[in-house]
Formats: sequence, C-alpha cells, structure tokens
Amino acid sequence: MLEIRNLVVKIADEDKQILNGLNLTVNDGEVAAIMGPNGSGKSTLSYVIAGKEDYEVLDGEILLNGENVLEMEADQRAAAGIFLAFQYPLEIPGVATMTFLKAAMNAQRKARGEDELLTPDFIKRVNAAADSLSIDKAMLRRPLNVGFSGGEKKRMEILQMALLSPSMCILDETDSGLDIDALRIVAQGVNALRDKNRGFLVITHYQRLLDHIVPDTVHVMSQGKIVRTGGKELALELEKSGYAAYGEAA
Amino acid sequence: MAIVTPLRTAAEQQLAQQYADIKAELPGGPAVRKLREDAFAGFEAKGLPHRRLESWRYTDLRTLLREARPLVTRSADVQKVLVKLGGAIEAIKDRFPTLRLVLVDGSFAPEFSTPLDEFPEGVSVQSLADALVSAREDLTRILSGPSVGDDDTGLMLNTALMRDGVFVEIADGVELDKPVVIVSLASGAEERAVFQRSVVLAGAQSKATVVEVSEAAGDAAQQINGAIVFETGEGSEIQHVRLVSRQVAASVQVQSLLATIGAHAKFDSFALVCDAGTVRQQHFVRYAGEHSEMGLRGVNLLGGSEHSDVTLIVDHEVPHGTSRELFKSIIGGEATGVFQGKVIVRPHAQKTDGGMRSNALLLNEGASMFNKPELEIFADDVVCGHGATVAQIDGDQLFYLMARGLPRPQAEALVLQAFAGEAAEFIADENVRALVISKVEAWLATREAHSQVSTV
Repeated sequence: MLEIRNLVVKIADEDKQILNGLNLTVNDGEVAAIMGPNGSGKSTLSYVIAGKEDYEVLDGEILLNGENVLEMEADQRAAAGIFLAFQYPLEIPGVATMTFLKAAMNAQRKARGEDELLTPDFIKRVNAAADSLSIDKAMLRRPLNVGFSGGEKKRMEILQMALLSPSMCILDETDSGLDIDALRIVAQGVNALRDKNRGFLVITHYQRLLDHIVPDTVHVMSQGKIVRTGGKELALELEKSGYAAYGEAA
Repeated sequence: MAIVTPLRTAAEQQLAQQYADIKAELPGGPAVRKLREDAFAGFEAKGLPHRRLESWRYTDLRTLLREARPLVTRSADVQKVLVKLGGAIEAIKDRFPTLRLVLVDGSFAPEFSTPLDEFPEGVSVQSLADALVSAREDLTRILSGPSVGDDDTGLMLNTALMRDGVFVEIADGVELDKPVVIVSLASGAEERAVFQRSVVLAGAQSKATVVEVSEAAGDAAQQINGAIVFETGEGSEIQHVRLVSRQVAASVQVQSLLATIGAHAKFDSFALVCDAGTVRQQHFVRYAGEHSEMGLRGVNLLGGSEHSDVTLIVDHEVPHGTSRELFKSIIGGEATGVFQGKVIVRPHAQKTDGGMRSNALLLNEGASMFNKPELEIFADDVVCGHGATVAQIDGDQLFYLMARGLPRPQAEALVLQAFAGEAAEFIADENVRALVISKVEAWLATREAHSQVSTV
C-alpha cells in the first residue's frame, strides 16, 4: 500500500514549488488513475516517489507498506517494490538490453537477500515475458532503448515491470507516443499484472488509456494537489468538460 | 648576430653526457649513426619539450623529467627478472600462447618469447639491434617515418638513443589468425631510462593484429621512451592495439607511433591507458597511397595524479583517404587527460573523409581534460569534422538504472563501461578485444568495490 501524506516538493536548485500538500492512498490490488493538465505536477509526483534527486521534499511523507521511502536511494526503493515506467525511457548506448535486465533483476534479488538468478532461468523468464508483449527477440540483443520506436520503448518498460514484479507500479504517461495497436498491447501487459497484492498508479492526460486499463479510482490533480477523487466515470466527465473547472487550462 | 646559448636543465645535461658516453656502443651502421647524430643535434638545439611548444603544451616534459635516469645498458639478469615477473609472464603466456615477443627493459628477450622458428611462414622477426646493423638500404627511410614527426624532440631522443626492440616483417599476402604480441616489461629494480623501438613491415595484402603490452613489475619508476613504426603495403589490413597499464605511478613515458599506410589499405590503432602514471602518446600518420582507411582510437582511465596525453597528426597527402579518431577518457581524482588531434589535408588530397572525436567524462572536481582538435584543410572537396566533449555522467541515465534497482556504483560502472566500450568495439581480434574489455571492467570493478561514485 502506498500512502502519501501532505507532500510538499520543490525543484532542488530553484524556488519553484511543484507539489503543495498532496495526499493520496493506493491500496494493494487497486488501480488508481491520476489525471490532470500539463504542469499540474503529475510527472514530478512520479519522480519523487521513485527517488529522483532533482527535487527537494520540504514536508510530508511517502510510505510504502508503512515504511518511509523518502530516506531511501532510488535503487533501495526499487528493491522495496516501487517501479516507475518512464514517460521517456532513457537510451543507454553500449549497454546490451539483456545485460541490463539481468543486472537489474539480480541487484534487486541481492538487496532482498535472495540468490542470483541462473542464466537459463533468467533467459526463460525474459523470453516468456517478451512473447506475451510481442517483443521481438532481436530487440533484446540491441543496446537498451537505443533506436527503439516509442511503442517499443514502452513495451520494454512493461517487460521490465513484469520481470521485476514490483508491488507498486507507477505508469507515467504510458500512452504518450503509442498508436492504438501498441496501446492495446501495453494495456494487456499491464492488465495481466493486475493482482490483489499489487497497486497501480496510472498517470495520464487522456481518458483513452483508461478504456484499456480500467481504474478503480480516478484522482484529479491540479496545482500540485489532488483536488477531486471519484470512480472511473470521473475520467469520462473530464474528457467532456476539460480541466478548466479545476483552475487550470489544459 | 647574437649567439643564444640555451639554458640546460640537469636532465638535458645528463642526456647529452649519456649520449656522448654511449653513442659508440649503440647499434647501427654509418647510415643509422648519421640518423642518431642528426636526431641528437636536433634535440640539443631544442632541449626537452616544454609547455611553450604548442604540441607539448599540456605535458611539460622538461618539468616532468627533473633528472634523466641512467640508461639501461644491457638486458637485465634474466633469472632475476623471471622471478620477479613470473606471474605476469605466465599470465601473458596463458593469454597469448604463441607469437609472443618479450622485451625486458627495452631489450629483446628470446628466452621469454615464442621461438622464432615457430612463427608462421612469411613472418620474420629479428631484434632491432640486429636490424640496425643489417645492410638493408631502406632502413633509414623506415626508421624516419612520416615527416610530420620530424620536429618532435621526444621522437628525436628515441632515434638517437634507441637500443633494441623487435623488427617484424610480414610477407605479401600473409594473413595471421593470431596476434603478434610485443610485451614490454619494466623489471623495475632501479630507476632507469629505456629507449626502445620496434618496427612492423606489413606486405601487400597482408592481414595481422599487432599488440603491444607495456607493464611494470617493480616499484621503481621508469622513464620510458618507446616508438613503434608501421609501414603497411597495398591492400593490407593491420590492427595495432596497445595496452599501457600496471605502471608505477611516478613513471613517465613517451610512446610514438609512426605509421605509413599503403594504397587501398586499412590501418587501425587502439590504445588503452590505465594505472599508467604519466603517459604521452603521439601518433604520426601518413597516407602513402590512395583509397586507404585509418582509425586511431583509445580509452584512457585515469585517477589519482595520472596524466594521459594523446597527441596525433594525421597527414592526408593523397586523395581518397578516410580517417577516424575516437578517444574516450574517464577521469577521476586529480588526473589530467589531454587530446590534441591535428588532421592535415594537403592541397591535392581531394575526397578526404575525416572524422575526429574526443569525449571525456569527469568524475569529480579535481579532474581535468584538455581537448584540442584541429583541422588544417588545403583541399576544397573534402568532408572533415570534429567533435570534442567534456561532461559528467548523465544523471538521467543513472536515475533510470537506479530506478531499476542498480545501486549507484553499479549504475555508474555500467554507464562508464558503455562509454569506453564504444571505442573498444573496433578491435577486430576477439581475444584482444576481450582482454581490453576485461581490463576496463577490472578498473571499473575496483572503483565499484570501493563504492566510489562521481561527485559532479
């Protein structure tokens, strides 16, 4: 369970405050969506949960299963179960995708005191996950995300999510840059991971993604706060009326 | 007209005395003697290179060599060296079981080398000392190398004082499936100066990889002035890979590469410098024929107070030449990296295609990098470019890897390995490439094991 209490965050080297006392709870098994206009702080929220260093937390706390993650480095948060699917996955030239996947899986296992995966077991898991996401094996031999299309990058994010088996998944604008077929594959991948022990926080501008990943809860974010919470019908309402009612233009 | 008497440093005076004392003993017939005399006269007129010389601006040899160490005058006691170097030699024998040529303190040591009669047909090897006294008429030309190196006093000293090395000839059409490995070991018992030179003559249509491994086995800092000369024939494909590592921190070395490339030939040189004290590499390359491709690449892994200078002059004298330079430097501690690359395109060298890159990552505040790429283009139908960058590790890449669970030291190691790997991937010989990559990994693993992370 993820609990965020009164979170106040600014950009580290600037005075600009982005999150202004944000409160949010995502229960195990719940799929929560956050919708909001550009600049409302959605991506900042995802980065702060995952542990990016460019921000300064002025107040509040983020608890994962009761444990404050703000004291942890990004890698420790990942080992604790937080996974951020990036809006713009980074290209890392020279790092083979398979090398990276194995390093990530084993680093998390090591942090949790588990044995490292043996190569045959690792390859079996990767192949199974790749098949379910229609990821070409040739892609796995290329450097991480280098030369991947937008859709391939997003599928690679979901592949990592499946392999790392986190307890709290944050999807930052996962629908951006996806055509309708890629969107369907990605959404199927996410839906396959829905589980009573796993929470999802789906950040999006558009209702379209939520046709495919149907949320239990929808939160509206504006000016660094959650300003309204409702069920999945709230997304449809927003699609019609826009964000103007919440003090910001889209 | 005023007569200017240059001030001499202690080291310059010592070098003059050493040369006067030893020149009668140095190997070589009349032509070689004249070459030595002319070179030393050139050195005497200019002295040790210093920072007011553009090409030595960042590596002031006059300051670095406060004293010239005594010359190594004969090959060291083999048994003593063997005891000292046993592990190093065994490891090298394991990795390169054949076609291994060992130099100990600059002298060819057949005891540690692959027996010369076991070299494949078409490959002949002799010591440089033997070659210097041979009657071959082209010796002076071969030893002189490209004219763009003529003014260099570091090279002049090597020409004047070179004592030994290996002289390798690969006949026309010979393709070697194993690398020829020249291992230079400094026995390191006492502080000494070593002047060595090797020569590789590659015939037309020949294919080979020549590896130079330079390591120290003792605690004493050496002054090493080495040179390797390549002349490659038409249609040949020659790769040179140099590994300079395991040196004593206070050692100072100058390594010159003189390459003359035949028509329709490919020549590549790669150098890894790590744990190497102060190293100045200088590459002088000339195209002797058209439609040739040449690549100079390298990786510098620097920490502590290490200093690595790569200075190169590529002389496109003829049309249709392609040149690529790619140097990757990772610099921590108080270390300094230098890249000075000059590509000259002569008036007739139309259709030259040149691309030069030097990329450095600085790991903390004390680290420095000097990048100076230069193009001198006198032809009007060419494609030439250069790029030089100095940066820190990309924070967004690091965050991405950490967000997947990699602890910061491991994430940095992965990013740095990829950064260095881009230059190493051009090494054609798989085993040699693996050796280079394993050395890079070992350097990064040491850093990771100490949980060192970048601070900029």
